[in-house]
Amino acid sequence: MEPFIVHTGRVAALPRANVDTDQIIPKQFLKRIERTGFGPALFFDWRYLPDGSPDLAFELNTPKARGATLLLAGANFGCGSSREHAPWALAEYGFRAILAPSFADIFHGNCCQNGLLPVTLPEKAVRELFRRYDAAPDGYELSVDLVTTTVRDARGFESPFEIPRYRREMLLHGLDEIGRTLRHEAAIADFERGRR
Amino acid sequence: MATLLDKVWDAHVVHQEADGPALLYVDLHLVHEVTSPQAFEGLRLAGRRVRRPDLTLATVDHNVPTGDRRLPIADEIAARQLATLVRNAREAGIELHDLDSPDQGIVHVIGPELGATRPGSVIVCGDSHTSTHGAFGALAFGIGTSEVEHVLATQCIVQARPRTMEVRYTGTPRPGVGAKDLILALIRRIGTAGGTGFVLEYTGEAIRALSMEGRMTICNMSIEAGARAGMIAPDETTFAFLESRPRSPRGEAWTRAVAEWSRLRSDPGAVYDHAVAIDAAALGPQVTWGTSPGMTAEITERVPDPADAPSEAERQSYRRALEYMDLRPGTPLEGLPVDRVFLGSCTNGRIGDLREAARVVRGRRVASGVRAMVVPGSQRVKAAAEAEGLDRIFSEAGFEWRNPGCSMCLGMNEDILAPGERCASTSNRNFEGRQGRGGRTHLMSPAMAAAAAIAGRLVDVREVVCA
Repeated sequence: MEPFIVHTGRVAALPRANVDTDQIIPKQFLKRIERTGFGPALFFDWRYLPDGSPDLAFELNTPKARGATLLLAGANFGCGSSREHAPWALAEYGFRAILAPSFADIFHGNCCQNGLLPVTLPEKAVRELFRRYDAAPDGYELSVDLVTTTVRDARGFESPFEIPRYRREMLLHGLDEIGRTLRHEAAIADFERGRR
Repeated sequence: MATLLDKVWDAHVVHQEADGPALLYVDLHLVHEVTSPQAFEGLRLAGRRVRRPDLTLATVDHNVPTGDRRLPIADEIAARQLATLVRNAREAGIELHDLDSPDQGIVHVIGPELGATRPGSVIVCGDSHTSTHGAFGALAFGIGTSEVEHVLATQCIVQARPRTMEVRYTGTPRPGVGAKDLILALIRRIGTAGGTGFVLEYTGEAIRALSMEGRMTICNMSIEAGARAGMIAPDETTFAFLESRPRSPRGEAWTRAVAEWSRLRSDPGAVYDHAVAIDAAALGPQVTWGTSPGMTAEITERVPDPADAPSEAERQSYRRALEYMDLRPGTPLEGLPVDRVFLGSCTNGRIGDLREAARVVRGRRVASGVRAMVVPGSQRVKAAAEAEGLDRIFSEAGFEWRNPGCSMCLGMNEDILAPGERCASTSNRNFEGRQGRGGRTHLMSPAMAAAAAIAGRLVDVREVVCA
């Protein structure tokens, strides 16, 4: 997994609450047996019209959001299905972090497993970021710093964000969770013996 | 004084990080075709093996066709995914119930009916509705594919200890009100993120009075309230359900197991981090009107006005939902015409659910212009229903009687809504496009969905049954 330390990039804003993983990656794309190939299907039903052409009214299709690597969204982002195809699609599209007031549990964990940083910000900070995004005609840039757990822009915005300590360590160092757990192989074997 | 969660949690800690998550041992890992191929591939690439194939159980459910099983699968990509699970299970020595098995079915239906789901165990699966198994007093939750790989390799899962919330249902529900109504009412009350970070423990007389099917319906939708898991302390109802299941202990071992399981209840005076009480006697049948399970109302209510929503964010969500659902504020929910009816899913595809629906359908006809289908949750449910003649009740009424799978709950196979179609559904999610792009889903109980099929519109089941 690619470590996440500091990232500066353009923002795409999706001012909707309860964005579920069915929207992030619709079911018809879940039949693949690979971890790749999901980026083009990200937000498929919102991104494309039924005839297959891009829906220019959708937030990610606006020129301002072009080349975005940070996604700003509403509360409870990633609710619903546990499909890890959702963070795979977001990462393959080019996002490195999602900024929102809150995340659904399973989605939050799935992001961390893929080096996609879930940035939990105070509600007020998210409102301010949406305001600053709307006020920037040619696009808006933010820096996300996992070392200091802060988000800032070039014009004075700064806010701390929350991430569990364990998740932060894993992301900073790009650690493999299975390798980490297997260091406790003796404890696992002991536990199994105790149950027989 | 420990809660039910404390007891199950503490019995499974293999290692505790200082000020961090625990490493929990997993007693049962359920596997299906959609969220597992990348996990097995990851193992192969890392040169790792499946640590405990004997504690792993696989079936095919999400993308299987529910029509004639003798025909080849038309969708080549789906067929490849199914074949991949067959190969992975064979190579790892994992028991698999594939399309030809008499035990094939939705993973959360077959676990309990085979007796693989046991009180006090930790159960995981790459599926959010794994919370279903909490109905037996297990700690059961959904995981992602990376975690599936982790469990395959280590038989453990890394978890931060969740907080606890008691959800107490007092009183006796009125006739026509069941488990689905109890859980939808909770989600309406606390919202789809109200349970985030919590394990919900359902208590109270209304829960004790429920069958195991009803309890599974409740725990199943815990995830729709954002909760990691739902749990119900096991009791005589639980033991009666599990006795003589294929994988249940026998003889002496059964007696010992029941004695052990009987201790799995929150101690009197145990403290929860949060508590909610719901008067079950005050509830009517519930129906969702929007695109999130929290957008729920009683069938006697009207479509709400976004202007009345408590916050600007919710006003926007309401407006968007009403536009998608093609509904106007103030429209009575009763009377909304439906095009499709879906009876099934891991929420309501069990024999008790089919009996509940059949009681409404018996001797009646599906309204003209309505396409209604029954998709039993498993081959065993299907066989039991056929032995009781439920299939004839449904078929004679004009329902399609299909083969088991997730089917139109998520529409991965060909069972989907056409754009604009309105569906009365016993499933668990009314998200935009969930049952097919542009499709409009109203979640409700099996009895309510059956009544909608007969009337051709949303109706109050209490009027249909009493009339």
